Amino acid sequence: MSLSQTTVPAARTAGTGNHRTIKASRAHPGLRYALPALVMFVSFAVIPLVAVAVLSFTNWDGISDIGFTGLDNWTQALTQPQTWQSLGLTLQVMVLSWVVQTPISLLLGVFTAGKQKYRAVYGVLFFVPLLISAAAIAIAYKALLDPNFGLGQSTGLPFLSQDWLGNPDIVIYVLVFIIAWQFVPFHALLYQGGVRQIPDSLYEAAIIDGAGRMAQFFSITLPQLRNTMITSSTLMLVGSLTYFDIVFVLTQGGPGTSTRLLPLDMYLTGFSSYNMGLASVLAVLLVVLGLTLSLGLTKLSGFSKMSSDLEGA
Amino acid sequence: MMTIAAPTNKDRTTRANRKPARTRTRPNVPGGLAATIWLVIAILPVYYVVITSLKDQSNFFTGNALLPPATPTFENYALVLSNDFGVYFLNSLIVTVVTVVVSVAFALMAAFAIVRGSASSRVLRGTFSLFLLGLAIPLQAVIIPIYLMITRAGLYDTLTALILPSVAFALPLSVIILVNFLRDIPNELYEAMRVDGASHWTMLTKLVFPLARPALSTVAIYNGLNVWNGFIFPLVLTQSPEQRVLPLALWTFQGEFTANIPAVLAAVVLSTLPILALYIFGRRQLLAGLTAGFGK
Repeated sequence: MSLSQTTVPAARTAGTGNHRTIKASRAHPGLRYALPALVMFVSFAVIPLVAVAVLSFTNWDGISDIGFTGLDNWTQALTQPQTWQSLGLTLQVMVLSWVVQTPISLLLGVFTAGKQKYRAVYGVLFFVPLLISAAAIAIAYKALLDPNFGLGQSTGLPFLSQDWLGNPDIVIYVLVFIIAWQFVPFHALLYQGGVRQIPDSLYEAAIIDGAGRMAQFFSITLPQLRNTMITSSTLMLVGSLTYFDIVFVLTQGGPGTSTRLLPLDMYLTGFSSYNMGLASVLAVLLVVLGLTLSLGLTKLSGFSKMSSDLEGA
Repeated sequence: MMTIAAPTNKDRTTRANRKPARTRTRPNVPGGLAATIWLVIAILPVYYVVITSLKDQSNFFTGNALLPPATPTFENYALVLSNDFGVYFLNSLIVTVVTVVVSVAFALMAAFAIVRGSASSRVLRGTFSLFLLGLAIPLQAVIIPIYLMITRAGLYDTLTALILPSVAFALPLSVIILVNFLRDIPNELYEAMRVDGASHWTMLTKLVFPLARPALSTVAIYNGLNVWNGFIFPLVLTQSPEQRVLPLALWTFQGEFTANIPAVLAAVVLSTLPILALYIFGRRQLLAGLTAGFGK
């Protein structure tokens, strides 16, 4: 893998160099092959990204003409309590999700990486939640957590017949749990891949040194999974800024505003209250938060994840 | 790399004899226990959805929620299917297939240009960087400008409105995965074709396309699953039942059949069936597709 990667570009430069002098257009396919992808991506991702920043200074209601209002939306967004509540909820869900999902994913990844048959069977079933749409998951949990006809009724345990989604004190934890249910398989899969790349010789050496299972886990598995952990954590933390579908179908932000996370707040501000300008401010906040987070994490870990990890993958 | 790779190969043979012995003497009890608990947690909602979708309404309200019905009924499925489920299914299929075909084709062409040309073209190197940065753009954050563009273009409430942004957001990861894959195609193969007078288009279709097939299916699966399950574009960019796709249909079913939860759950099962079939027949490929570009 790494061998071919170092030799191929070298060979390529030499090859194209010869031909470029004779006939430049023959050397490589050229930009026109990249143009369709470039046009699509710039039109529907890059331009909208610029546009959302512009729209944050306007008073667009979704239908009429767009007029500039200066910093009005920004002052409103940054002074109204709802923004800060949504931001706080988003950060709370982000941290809780990481704390809940990381150990479970790590454990399941290590476990399913084993070669035993029954572990493979477990693996097949673990990953089923990955296939289901967030809308379907939300609908299923809504029924399952119904205090009258769901889990509590069937088991007869009073603890389980709480109004899980209607109680503002616990609903956020229920949400974190359901999000974990949805995303743990993905991160377990990442860890599984990471574990399978650890050279067996390391374990061989540890066994000879008399290291037990725990010692092996903490002195070999965990340090070797460092890069996987950075990738998984980055995706988890940045990804938690995009939880929308599941909250939208499950609670619509309720009860009250107790699950009104930032993306949902943006959607409701824009498409229910028709205040697209204000909603654009919230969208810009999402982008800034996401970029700060991913850049911060890569800096912090002294490891340029997005480029080097993906380029070398 | 070479120095590490050699001993690993040798170790693999000794390990085959030793590792089973190690696990037999010391089974991983905490790991197994935790895995079993999570297995129950992971499967319980799925089990609940399936058995409930087979219950009639009175059974749902009076029977035990976690026990399968004594007499399973398919009336909920019949009800869902008679409520235009076929239309929604077809819409989802059209949007998914078109998005996957277009995004994979565009990404392959771009990756081909980037891999072949980035040594001599700064523009192509920049293109690759743009797609790398593009990974960080959250789709939710640009939904308002996309809504503006789609309405102004007169595309609101059409399937095209869903396909265009879905293609755009499928591109960054697709391009990156394909670039990584195409890099490993040896230059000699291109040179051989060039000597025979092949055009770049011939190289793309006759050499790159067949060789890249594993990566293409990975990318196609990843994009397909995302589009099939996507919710926010349909929610914001369509309105009428004629243009409704499945995830949105589930949500509206939920509003229409509020009291008939078994029917809503039957719709959930039906909407997941195609993906489940894919999982059963191509699990390895599907799981590889899901972590493509992230798992290293």
